[in-house]
Amino acid sequence: MEVITEHATVLLIMAAAFGFFMAWGIGANDVANAMGTSVGSKALTIKQAIFIAIIFEFAGAFLAGGEVTSTIRKGIIDSAAIEGSPDLLVFGMMASLLAAGTWLLIASMAGWPVSTTHSIVGALVGFAVVGLGFDAVQWGKVSSIVASWVVSPVLAGTMAFLLFMSVQKLVLDTDDPFKNAKKWVPMYMFLVGWMISMVTLTKGLKHVGLNFTYGQSMGIATLVGLGVVAIGVFLLSRIQPDATLEERSGYRFANVERVFGILMIFTASAMAFAHGSNDVANAIGPLAAIVSVISSGGEVAAKSALPIWILVLGGGGIAIGLATYGFKVMATIGKKITELTPTRGFAAELAAACTVVLASATGLPISTTHTLVGAVLGVGLARGIAALNLRVVGTIFVSWLVTLPAGAGLTILFFFILRALFGG
Amino acid sequence: MASPTIASLFGRSPIKPIQTHMETVCECVALLSEFLANVIAEDWDKANQCGKQVVRLEKDADKKKLSIRKHLPNGLFLPVNRGDLLELLSTQDRLANRTRDITGLVWGRKMTIPASMQEKMTDYVGTAAQSSRYALQAIEELDELLSTGFSGLELKRVAEILDKLDKAEHNNDKQQIKLRAALFKLESELPPVDVMFLYQIIDKIGGLADTAQQVGSRLRLLMAK
Repeated sequence: MEVITEHATVLLIMAAAFGFFMAWGIGANDVANAMGTSVGSKALTIKQAIFIAIIFEFAGAFLAGGEVTSTIRKGIIDSAAIEGSPDLLVFGMMASLLAAGTWLLIASMAGWPVSTTHSIVGALVGFAVVGLGFDAVQWGKVSSIVASWVVSPVLAGTMAFLLFMSVQKLVLDTDDPFKNAKKWVPMYMFLVGWMISMVTLTKGLKHVGLNFTYGQSMGIATLVGLGVVAIGVFLLSRIQPDATLEERSGYRFANVERVFGILMIFTASAMAFAHGSNDVANAIGPLAAIVSVISSGGEVAAKSALPIWILVLGGGGIAIGLATYGFKVMATIGKKITELTPTRGFAAELAAACTVVLASATGLPISTTHTLVGAVLGVGLARGIAALNLRVVGTIFVSWLVTLPAGAGLTILFFFILRALFGG
Repeated sequence: MASPTIASLFGRSPIKPIQTHMETVCECVALLSEFLANVIAEDWDKANQCGKQVVRLEKDADKKKLSIRKHLPNGLFLPVNRGDLLELLSTQDRLANRTRDITGLVWGRKMTIPASMQEKMTDYVGTAAQSSRYALQAIEELDELLSTGFSGLELKRVAEILDKLDKAEHNNDKQQIKLRAALFKLESELPPVDVMFLYQIIDKIGGLADTAQQVGSRLRLLMAK
């Protein structure tokens, strides 16, 4: 107990720094995976993608990041188990942040497809088992989180499959694909705006002090959807068929792709929003737990609200990570996935974004990258992608099996080091 | 740093390379008409240049074929059967090989085409080249086929091109019969060895159109799933 009050400022600054570092890492690596599809399909330049990502990552983190943050903060570890030992919680959360950050650094240097989410969940469980005992883990919640890691790519894949099939039926496989593209793309735009705002309104905005009824949410979401359509229709009006383009490119749908390129600006924004809403929690969830213990002078207050500055710190960290390093990763991705044209890319992005936002609203921390992989495979199953490297799916499974114990092991190590340092 | 996850998910698409391969092959086949014109004019210098160009293009096509095979490992998830795709590629490549065989043989023996057969021969080579152009036209639709999931209107469009290809090949067959008849009439006047080789050349050019048609059949197999 005295440990905390004695070192309150040091601990707070350390925790904030660790959280910021983690958010930076998410911005540098993860966001590129989420946004790279838009760059690869040439719907956006890297600069535009960075610009959109910064705004919507932040918005997602700030507006819809509350639920997942609260899961990381108090959903995995049983607060009853730490009632009497707030210092352990502080050290554990810090150790978790450090461990997940270290593991991600190692993994990204080795090129393993590990997820931030898995690292942090592994870390939290590891700390809880060793530091607090087996019963301190809310195993029910943990197993539903693990189940969501399997469900989310499958759900995104199914949605992407259906979306791409709908594009084939409604647009590509018609006598005048360009005309039909202009007719149907606004519908998809509406879907993007409506879906994201509906989920956010019903679940996300409580911590900002806004509470809407279901009906109000429905109304506002419809308005947002229509607003998106209005902007979209304006942008679309500037796309006129280029008579020589199809001849030059040898691809009859070249003009249709330009129409869907506009749609991809919106799906990319949705993707960034979704990513921000889910992944910011990995960085700031533990930080929020530490801050709440320290600010209450050593109480483990399960009910306290999430301070806004923490969300800002997380969103800002992601944005800075993106601007300082993420653009490089994005360029690498953009060069490699030119096969994912806007008609395919939008389907993958929209499916992944919807899945991730749904998970965010339910408070489930999932991996955006793995969800997007599932979505891309869905488009592939609709026979839409020329060549997919299925070995990646294998390495993702292996990374699941390795990341959880690795995150847990490292956390235990850091936990004992921290406790020895501060003499808890 | 290794590739990010999303990037490593995408393999190299074989579609565009297969189309480029077919373009090279078709360019090679098209040279046959020019080659024949030079042979008829007995301008052996120009015929030689033409023949060398054919050899160059055939080698180029070979290189492209090997590169496509190398980048199509077994683990890739493709929208079409990998075996069918590789068969299509081999068939395309055979067009270039056959063209090289023909120019090589004609050049090597400095063969002359009897005056009464010249016009028919020119037409005959023309339809063979036309068949391979139709085959190329169908192959050019592969990326559109991929976008539409190998279904619907696009299938019909490709089927129409393949019908034209079949017709061109059929024409080529009819021309072959006429050419053989013309040669038969000349048999007694010409040196027997020359006659033998002329029959062989007629056969080989007919084989060219057949192979072009086989490219079409391979494509049909690819789509029929």
